[in-house]
Amino acid sequence: MAPLLIIDDLQIHYGAIEALKGISLYLDEGEIVAVLGANGAGKTTLINAISGLLPISSGNVTLEGNRLNGIPPYEIVQKGISQSPEGRKVFSTLTVDENLNLGAYTQRKKKQEVGDAKERVFSLFPILRERRRQLSGTLSGGEQQMLAIGRALMSSPRLLLLDEPSLGLAPILVNHIFGIIREINSQGTSILLVEQNAHKALSLAHKGYVLENGVISTSGSSSELKSNRKIQEAYLGGSALKRKGNQTT
Amino acid sequence: MQVVFEQIINGLTIGSFYALIALGYSMVYGVLKLINFAHGDFFTLGSYLGYTLLVFGSAFITTHFGLWGGMVAAMLMAAMCLAFIGVLVERAAYRPIYPAGRLPAVVSALGASIVLQNAIMVIWGPRYQAYPAKLIPNIHLNIWGINITVLQIVILVLSFVLMGILYYIIQKTVFGAAIRATALDKDTASLMGINFNKVIFFIFTLGPALGAMTGVMVGMYYRQISFTMGWNYGLKAFTATILGGIGNLPGAMFGGLILGVLEMLGAAYISAAWKDVFVFMILILVLIFRPNGLFGEKIAEKV
Repeated sequence: MAPLLIIDDLQIHYGAIEALKGISLYLDEGEIVAVLGANGAGKTTLINAISGLLPISSGNVTLEGNRLNGIPPYEIVQKGISQSPEGRKVFSTLTVDENLNLGAYTQRKKKQEVGDAKERVFSLFPILRERRRQLSGTLSGGEQQMLAIGRALMSSPRLLLLDEPSLGLAPILVNHIFGIIREINSQGTSILLVEQNAHKALSLAHKGYVLENGVISTSGSSSELKSNRKIQEAYLGGSALKRKGNQTT
Repeated sequence: MQVVFEQIINGLTIGSFYALIALGYSMVYGVLKLINFAHGDFFTLGSYLGYTLLVFGSAFITTHFGLWGGMVAAMLMAAMCLAFIGVLVERAAYRPIYPAGRLPAVVSALGASIVLQNAIMVIWGPRYQAYPAKLIPNIHLNIWGINITVLQIVILVLSFVLMGILYYIIQKTVFGAAIRATALDKDTASLMGINFNKVIFFIFTLGPALGAMTGVMVGMYYRQISFTMGWNYGLKAFTATILGGIGNLPGAMFGGLILGVLEMLGAAYISAAWKDVFVFMILILVLIFRPNGLFGEKIAEKV
């Protein structure tokens, strides 16, 4: 079976600066694929390029064989890809309900589908049902993250792009949210997960790619990456532990 | 005491003009962060189109629509024309300049204003034009000693209905939520599937259409119109927008009404010649204590 998403030799520029220098990756239907990397490695650039927010300099993004290059973001959603952006980006002066309704904006004529999608989001994140009349700017950071993911689910996407869902959250909340990401995946949604928290991401993902300065330096199944010494040192806290050890001795 | 009530009603009448124009400023500012200086001239152009329709169609209107029907027909037709012109101006004067940033767009807006104003002068002439008196209902009522015209009541009702419809669209429908979301964060809104250009199209049809209807109402109310009146009304409406908190639509409505009432009370009790000074002093005072306007609010974004 052909992969759901194929990214082939993708290059993205911000003016003269090359942010992605020709990266290739693929994602099979039903998979969780993690893209790891430090700040500024190009992870968000990759996600925004798939969503159509950034112009593609060269290379291809294809979903089920359909080329997505040059398609504006509001049509990418209709193709079945939705994004929960970095930093949540909930519409703070809109209520939780309104945020969710906007997530299903492309399906707004289909009342039944929107209602079903909302029920699904509420069953994943029951706290959102309690807060549905509240302005989303008044939610806690964790609740806003849940809203951002829930909002992205409202269009019933085939592929969900998650940009740093653990950012700024307490460890216990990160565990909770990652548990729900796994559940979303087990219900049939494929997920491209961009994370700095490599340990968490690899515990969830089927496979992973490591992005460094706009190129993919390593890739492999999650277990391969977890046992890779270089990855351990750079992203899984190996070197930090060693340094700490050195200091105490 | 009668004077106070009469002035409040007069104030609400012109205040609703300010409010309806202010909505156009506020919607454009909310979504594009652009002060659309041409908006006052959309209002003037609407007023002149209504004038022409009433003058040339007077025989037709009086036989087929009657006084009130004629007024409504003139308003609707002016509104449709201005909806078209509003989109045209956005395409020609603003859209090509968005990538250059906000300041060039403001200069372009001033240019669009000058072009429209001069076009009106060339077409209709530099003199005042009088709305045809026989087509304007002129019935005075005396309610508990307060002198009020039926036209005023109609203008007030119509204005509040228009404001109510707009409020409903923006605050209660999914499309309205999409407009508010676009105003907050254009990129994230597009990730929801919201087409930015459709939002622009909507605000540049609805804003000028409301302005045009206001223009016809002003022509009916004051009986005479001039090609420069967009400047004065635009400035007051813009003040109302700031008073209420720019980008905040209920704020723009209340700002306009408050401004109108203050202006009329100032004219009655302080000095008619100094009414604008009075109004702007209040504006300055409000801005000193509430820089975001009366209804402007800031919700801290959690990161």
